Amino acid sequence: MKAPFRYYDYEKDISGCGIFGVIDKKRGLIKGDMPIAAMTCMHDRGNGLGGGFAAYGIYPDMADLYAFHVMSSSQSALDRAEEMIKAHFEVHESQPIPTRKTLAIKNPPLMWRYFLSVKEDRPRWRSLSEEDYVVAVLMDVNKSSGGAYVFSSGKNMGAFKGVGFPEDIAEFFRLEEYSAYIWTGHNRFPTNTPGWWGGAHPFTLLNWSIVHNGEISSYGINRRYLCMHNYECTLMTDTEVVAYLLDLLIRKHGLTKRMASWVFAPPFWDEIARMSPQEKEAFTALRMVYGPAMLNGPFAILVGDGKSLMGLNDRIKLRPLLVAEHGDRVFMSSEESAVRDVCPELDKVWMPKAGEPVIVELEA
Amino acid sequence: MDKKFTLDANGVYYRQLNERIRAAVAEGHTDFELTNVRGQRYIADALAGDLRFHIHGVPGQDLGAFMRGPKIRVSGNAQDGVGNTMDDGEIAIDGLAGDVLGYAMRGGRIMVRGDVGYRVGIHMKAYMEKVPVVVIGGKAGDFLGEYMAGGAIVLLGMFTGKPDAPIAGRSLGTGMHGGVIYVRGGVPVEQLGPHLKTEAADEADMAVLSKHVTAFAASFGLDAAEILSVPFVRVKPFSHRPYGNLYVAA
Repeated sequence: MKAPFRYYDYEKDISGCGIFGVIDKKRGLIKGDMPIAAMTCMHDRGNGLGGGFAAYGIYPDMADLYAFHVMSSSQSALDRAEEMIKAHFEVHESQPIPTRKTLAIKNPPLMWRYFLSVKEDRPRWRSLSEEDYVVAVLMDVNKSSGGAYVFSSGKNMGAFKGVGFPEDIAEFFRLEEYSAYIWTGHNRFPTNTPGWWGGAHPFTLLNWSIVHNGEISSYGINRRYLCMHNYECTLMTDTEVVAYLLDLLIRKHGLTKRMASWVFAPPFWDEIARMSPQEKEAFTALRMVYGPAMLNGPFAILVGDGKSLMGLNDRIKLRPLLVAEHGDRVFMSSEESAVRDVCPELDKVWMPKAGEPVIVELEA
Repeated sequence: MDKKFTLDANGVYYRQLNERIRAAVAEGHTDFELTNVRGQRYIADALAGDLRFHIHGVPGQDLGAFMRGPKIRVSGNAQDGVGNTMDDGEIAIDGLAGDVLGYAMRGGRIMVRGDVGYRVGIHMKAYMEKVPVVVIGGKAGDFLGEYMAGGAIVLLGMFTGKPDAPIAGRSLGTGMHGGVIYVRGGVPVEQLGPHLKTEAADEADMAVLSKHVTAFAASFGLDAAEILSVPFVRVKPFSHRPYGNLYVAA
């Protein structure tokens, strides 16, 4: 293949992914228009090959039920997924995810959602905890339905994502009709992995959701480590491992979010060498035990779990992240302009230190 | 003709914004006031000559990149990549600025009143009368002046939103082999890149510092004497052109 004639005339915008998140600490509801506008402001951080949002507090009438969002390339795969879901859960509601036809979104997959509770009489995995059971079914659907993927599985929350710019995805999913107390948004510029519907952000598991700007170079070791703990990656994108690692470290192993951040972005050995003996022992242990869960490579991530919003950078800050406060609301964003676009007056603006998480918990 | 050109950037896409600025420059306008700027990229990039910009809001990535001469004032904060490979002129930012400010800068001066992000002033270089200068009123993140080959960075650490942070992050001046980094009051040795040391600024250093601190203070309405009342240290490279003989005999 030859380079195009006068290739140097071809314009190329140098970009990276864009992320935005907002939490209202008092659970005040934020209309979808706001994260959509913020992501639109960072339009040029993506290239149209992925956009998505996570929203918490959107299904208050179904708050006790697992809300499964399923995308499927074919009706037959969706049927197989539904069969598997019905075998393992009581289905309280089942409906297409509301979408609208838009010019920008071409050939979308089928989108369906289910509100579920775990069957009293489980067909298998009887000894697992309820959450582990949900994870097991979800992994099985994603692996063996032949084209259907559960891309959201939490309670009173949902992920909406696909191939397109985030504002186009928002229009497609009618996100301006939703209100949430935590929103995250993502604008994708895929580099190493395909720009397909399942590979758009956020990545979710149970109530966890994550959006990510960067590249998880340690994907291989992270994935093999997760595999040993019954998490199987099916979405062909590095960020998927972070969603599952959060679930493993925090929900299953009982680490705090702060400790999990130290696993993801540990202090350097020379910093550990300068610590007190006790700290030295703790950080050395954390690095030894969780070496395969360390995230190598550039990242700025936003994590939601329904109770908090967390922002974290890799330890040498290879991607931008800004935090801003206004009243009960805290914003986290790749660019300040996106925050100012939706909230011109801010009480406080700062860029967190590399590797140090900003964790904002709900107060109500 | 009226040399002034005012533009409300609210909702204007960056391409249209820059097209309008360039058309106005071609028409002979020299004084630009941009309001409601929110993330538009590449403002004043590669513009040359005696132009002045006053930006209200948050300009986007690569503000003033490749710029040769214009003076930019930002009333607000700036994002990443300010003054990328800038050649001449001046950028003054009232608030804070993001990462990689002054990357590969080769001339002119950038002054930031508040904190700056990571990798500021990396790959800065100088040649003959071209000596780029970055003055930072607040604190800096990691890798300040990494691979620096020329020019000067002045770090004051005074007007900061991070009272508990060290004045500069890790790996200060790592791999630098030219230029100088001045730090007001001093910097913890563990923040320095490998093999680097600090020493007290001498008289010649103070002359350079005085010149740029005075300009900084005047720009932001601050007291230069107070800023200069504390001793400065300098970080200087331990090698000079380490690869100068890589391809040719000495």
